[in-house]
Amino acid sequence: MRSLPKAAGVGFKPEHFDAIRRDAASVGFFEVHAENYMGAGGLPHAQLAALRADFALSIHGVGLSIGGPGPLNTDHLARLARLCNRYEPESFSEHLAWSSHGTEYLNDLLPVPYTDETLALVCDHVDQVQEALGRRMLLENPSTYVLFEQSTIPEVEFLSEVSRRTGCGLLLDVNNVFVTCTNHRIDPRAWLAAFPLDRVGEIHLGGHDEEALPSGPLLIDTHGAAVADPVWALYAEVIKCTGALPTLVEWDNDLPEWPVLQAEARRASRILEQQGATYARAS
Amino acid sequence: MTVMKSTLGLGASLACALTLAAATSAHAQENMEKCFGVALAGQNDCAAGAGTTCAGTSKVDYQGNAWKLVPAGSCATMELPKAADGTPRSGSLEALTRDIPA
Amino acid sequence: MPGHPEFAAAFDAGLKGAPLPRGVTALAPAEAERRFAVYRNNVAVGLIDALAKRFPVIKRLVGDEFFAAMARHYSETQRPTSPVLLEWGNGFAAFLESFPPLADYPYMADVARIEYARGRAYHAADGTPALPDSFAGADPSRLRLHLHPSLQLLRLKHPAVSIWQMNQPGSTAQSLAHAGPETALVLRDPGFNVPVFSIGPGDAAMIEQIMGGASLTVAAELAIWTEPGFDPQPLILRLMQAGAILTPKEIAR
Repeated sequence: MRSLPKAAGVGFKPEHFDAIRRDAASVGFFEVHAENYMGAGGLPHAQLAALRADFALSIHGVGLSIGGPGPLNTDHLARLARLCNRYEPESFSEHLAWSSHGTEYLNDLLPVPYTDETLALVCDHVDQVQEALGRRMLLENPSTYVLFEQSTIPEVEFLSEVSRRTGCGLLLDVNNVFVTCTNHRIDPRAWLAAFPLDRVGEIHLGGHDEEALPSGPLLIDTHGAAVADPVWALYAEVIKCTGALPTLVEWDNDLPEWPVLQAEARRASRILEQQGATYARAS
Repeated sequence: MTVMKSTLGLGASLACALTLAAATSAHAQENMEKCFGVALAGQNDCAAGAGTTCAGTSKVDYQGNAWKLVPAGSCATMELPKAADGTPRSGSLEALTRDIPA
Repeated sequence: MPGHPEFAAAFDAGLKGAPLPRGVTALAPAEAERRFAVYRNNVAVGLIDALAKRFPVIKRLVGDEFFAAMARHYSETQRPTSPVLLEWGNGFAAFLESFPPLADYPYMADVARIEYARGRAYHAADGTPALPDSFAGADPSRLRLHLHPSLQLLRLKHPAVSIWQMNQPGSTAQSLAHAGPETALVLRDPGFNVPVFSIGPGDAAMIEQIMGGASLTVAAELAIWTEPGFDPQPLILRLMQAGAILTPKEIAR
């Protein structure tokens, strides 16, 4: 199976389709949210097929509820399998989060307490996804806003253990690292130092919002702004350690014109080149 | 027989209509520029939209008379056709059902 | 401490307004409530926005504030049952029909039916439109047409097509030409536009007959019987031009 190029990618938005056809310089791949391509036909599939013909593709699920207590939605798993069979993406990824309860879909990536019980559950679900799709998936670290008294396992250890037990890869969202660490007053460099970087198959970068709480800032993962400077700095440090990795720039809300996103991708490309070269010399 | 005759005429006109479209297909695209697009952007994403600010969504508990809002968009200003007696109507279309044959 | 199923149930109840679920905390525990509100608001606003994208005319008709409050109520009582949000909203028309604050606006549900049908048409399966030449020499009495999967016919009690049209961007909602029922034809054309047409009783009868498998001649005859003086030619032309008549598998000549 092919893999994503170790280059900058961009989250595809239909609004940008025409601009992308004119100029997609410095974009190595596109990523789409699986659930937006689960209709039978029409423009979404026509655009995705056209993009897929020219670019590497990452399919990123947002609705599987891997961290949910119930069994995985097998209808949804079948839809994902059909989508992956149809477009043969270089990568499939999902979130360490839950988004369904019973028969209801909540449309948000909700946080999971990290316990032995949830670790076993998440591992079972990841196994089931990899079995159904016939491929290795990547699991993404979340942005979180609260802590849980019942959590007994640090987040990094939880993710490492899921990867170790299931063989899945990890999607390292550097913005999520920064958001979560800031929100819970953890040093993001310490978080990253403990994280199994050798398991990372893709990196995400996105923008966040900041609110002020009495104890300090509360960051919110809005994907509605440019990537923040401290996140770029963390990203550069990661690439220096890992060498170049497929890196996606996400922008979902308050969508800018295509050149703005393209400039973000260019910034990621430059870091990949510079820090990737530093890594190559060092190793 | 008139029925037979009209059917024959109909058949010819139907066959004609199917092939006629070739000559006029240049006008095929309906002008849709003014219409709302259909959820073009896709509805699923993985971002947090609102955060702690929940502008315009303060919860109005719907418990019968606890609901105090009234529709205040274009439905409040749409004018209705005159009734048979010539009385003009404006405001809501609430009286519309009267005109509809059961 | 609660197990994971109990945790998720309490968290979900909290999203709907119940007190903070047990175990939810923060480094400064006094902030837990405010932090949990991020999830509460994301879920509420995410669903309100999804509904607003699907029903822009309803939003315009009732206004932003009313829509947001109503959509929040709808999304808490009829949550999506699938992660595929493009399918959500099938119950919205019925909800509007039985929502007491809209009792004076009986047409609202019909407008929602049009908007939902447009979304279905947008995502419907693809089909290859027939080339006009493919019907050359065909015998209409033996010709059964296949229509595009996006094509839907809605028989509405209210003039909802007219209301829908006068509430498009740039249009001003003004006077309605008539107050009776309307039939809407919704389809997706080859340019991926999803127009909505108000059609007459002859058009509607003819389309329903074609969809039901009648030959072109029988469909036209029944349409003329429904609407004396009906001319089927403009409808066939319109369907051909909109790419709604698909390539036939084989043609009896």
